[in-house]
Amino acid sequence: MQRFINNPEFIVDDLIKGYVKAYKGFIEKSANNDRVVKRKNSPETGKVGIVTGGGSGHEPAFLGYVGENMVDAVAVGEVFASPPAEAFYDAILEADSGEGVACLFGNYAGDNMNVKMAIQMAEEEGVNVKFVTAKDDIASSPKETRHRRHGIAGGVYMWKAGGAKAALGGTLDDVIAVAQKAADNTRSICVGLSSCTIPAAGTPNFEIEEGMMEIGIGHHGEPGIRVEKLKSAAEIAAMMTDALLDDFAFDREQNIAVLLSGLGSTPKMELYVLYDAIEEVLKKQNHRVEVVLIGDYATSLDMNGISLSLMKLDNELKELLAYPAKTSGLTIIRS
Amino acid sequence: MRFSNKEGITVVHAIIEEIVSNRDYLSKVDAAVGDGDHGINMSKGFNMADKEIAGSDLNMNEGFLVISKTLISKIGGSMGPLYGNFFRGLSVASKEKEMIDSSVILEMLKKAYSNITLITDASEGDKTLIDVLSPAITAYKINYKNDHSLPDCLNEMMAKAKEGLENTKNMTAKVGRGSRLGDRTLGHQDAGATSCYLILKAFSSSITKIVNAES
Repeated sequence: MQRFINNPEFIVDDLIKGYVKAYKGFIEKSANNDRVVKRKNSPETGKVGIVTGGGSGHEPAFLGYVGENMVDAVAVGEVFASPPAEAFYDAILEADSGEGVACLFGNYAGDNMNVKMAIQMAEEEGVNVKFVTAKDDIASSPKETRHRRHGIAGGVYMWKAGGAKAALGGTLDDVIAVAQKAADNTRSICVGLSSCTIPAAGTPNFEIEEGMMEIGIGHHGEPGIRVEKLKSAAEIAAMMTDALLDDFAFDREQNIAVLLSGLGSTPKMELYVLYDAIEEVLKKQNHRVEVVLIGDYATSLDMNGISLSLMKLDNELKELLAYPAKTSGLTIIRS
Repeated sequence: MRFSNKEGITVVHAIIEEIVSNRDYLSKVDAAVGDGDHGINMSKGFNMADKEIAGSDLNMNEGFLVISKTLISKIGGSMGPLYGNFFRGLSVASKEKEMIDSSVILEMLKKAYSNITLITDASEGDKTLIDVLSPAITAYKINYKNDHSLPDCLNEMMAKAKEGLENTKNMTAKVGRGSRLGDRTLGHQDAGATSCYLILKAFSSSITKIVNAES
C-alpha cells in the first residue's frame, strides 16, 4: 500500500483536522463532538437545518457539502462505516434553529439504524427531524426492491435541492418534499476498473483482473452485478447511460441533469472522454441536457472507476440546482 | 451453580479479548462479501471499551454497559447500534443481580436478543448475526427448562451457535450491503454472524470456567 497516511487508525481524525483548517472561513468542528463538522453560522435563525452523514473515504462527500445553501452539519464516520448515532444526533442539534432538521442520507443499513436512533434522541429533546434517503444506485437492488437501493453520487442533487429550498425559506415539509423529489428522480450506476484499499486494512478490498471491468460496483467495493471485458470509453459510457434510461423507462423526452464522478483515482481527462459519449446517447433519444457536473463528487478511496448519475428535472429542481451555493465540494455562482 | 456479578467482570474481559484478537480474521471474513472492515471497527470499539474499563472496579453489568455505550457513541456502522443494543440488554437484565445463575443468564440473553430485533428487520435465514443468535438462545432456553446444568445449557447453546454460523454459508444475504450480491454470497460465512459467534463463545467459556472453578 502506497498511501499518504500517519496512523491508519486515526486517519479520520487527521482528515477532519486538515479539513477544518483548510476551510476555517466558513466551517468548524462541533464543540460537542469531534466527528461533527458544521457551518460556522449554523444554526441560522428561521432556516430549516440540513444534516447528512456517512462513512469516510468518499470525499468530498459528505463533509465537502457543508456550506452556504447546502448542508449545515455533517456526521463523519469511520472509513466506509456509518457514523455513530451520537454523531448524527449532535449534527442534528448543531443544525436546528427551531425550524426543524432534514436529515438526507444514503440508505445503508448502518446509516438507517444510527439515524433513526439519533432522530429518536433528538425528538426527546424537542427537535423536529424528518429524513429522506437517496436510493440512486440501480445496481444495488433490482427495480422491484427499489426501497433497498443505496445512495451514491446522486445524493449531491438531493443535498443541493434540499439545501437551496431551505435557504429560500422553505418549511421542513417543503424541504423534505424537494429532497424526496430529487431522490426519486435520480438514478446512478458505477463501473470499476480497480479495487480500493481501506488504510487500516492495508490490502485491496477485492480484485478486478487486468483487462476486465466490474459493472455496478458498489461505493465500498461491493462486487458489482457482472464482470466483463474492458471496452472502449464510448462503449462503457453508452452502456451506463442506457442502463439508467432503461431503469427510468421514460415515456417521452426529458430535461436531464448529468453528474459524472470519478471514484478516487480516475484521471479527469477520462471523465470528459466518457462524457462525450454520454451526451451523444442522451441527445439521440431527444433528451435535453440542462446541467452537467463532472469531477470527483463522491469517491471510494483510491478506486479507479466512475459513477454516472442522471436526474430528471422539472422547473423547480432546475431552479434549485442553479441556486448559488458555496461548499468545498460544489460551488454554484449566480448566473 | 452461580457466580457473583463482581466476578463476572472476567466475562466482559474475555469477550473483549476474543474480539480484539480476531481483528484480522473478522476483516478477512467480511472482505469476501462486504468491505473488509468488520474486524477493524469491532476491535477498535472493544479496545476503547477496554481502556475505559481498565483500572476501574466494575461489575459485569457495568462492564457490559461500557461496551454498549462505546459502540453506540463511538463506532457506528451497523454493528455499533446492533451490538450496542445487545450489550445493553446483557447489562440491563443483570443490573439488579448480585448473583448470576442460569435463570439470570437466560434473562440476559433474551433481553439482548429482543434489543437487537428492535432495530433490525432481519429474520432467520437472512444471513446475519440473527442466524447464530436465535438458534443459540433457543437451545439455551430448552436446556434451561429441562433443568440442565449451567455449563450444559451453555454447551448446547454453543453447538447451535456453531451450526447457525456454518449455515450462513448456504444462505443468500437478504439485508445489509451483502444483499446486493445475491447468490454470490453463497459459500461465504457471514461476518456479523461470525463476530456474534465469537462473542457467545467467549461469554460461554468464561462463565463455564468461573462456575467450574467454584464447584
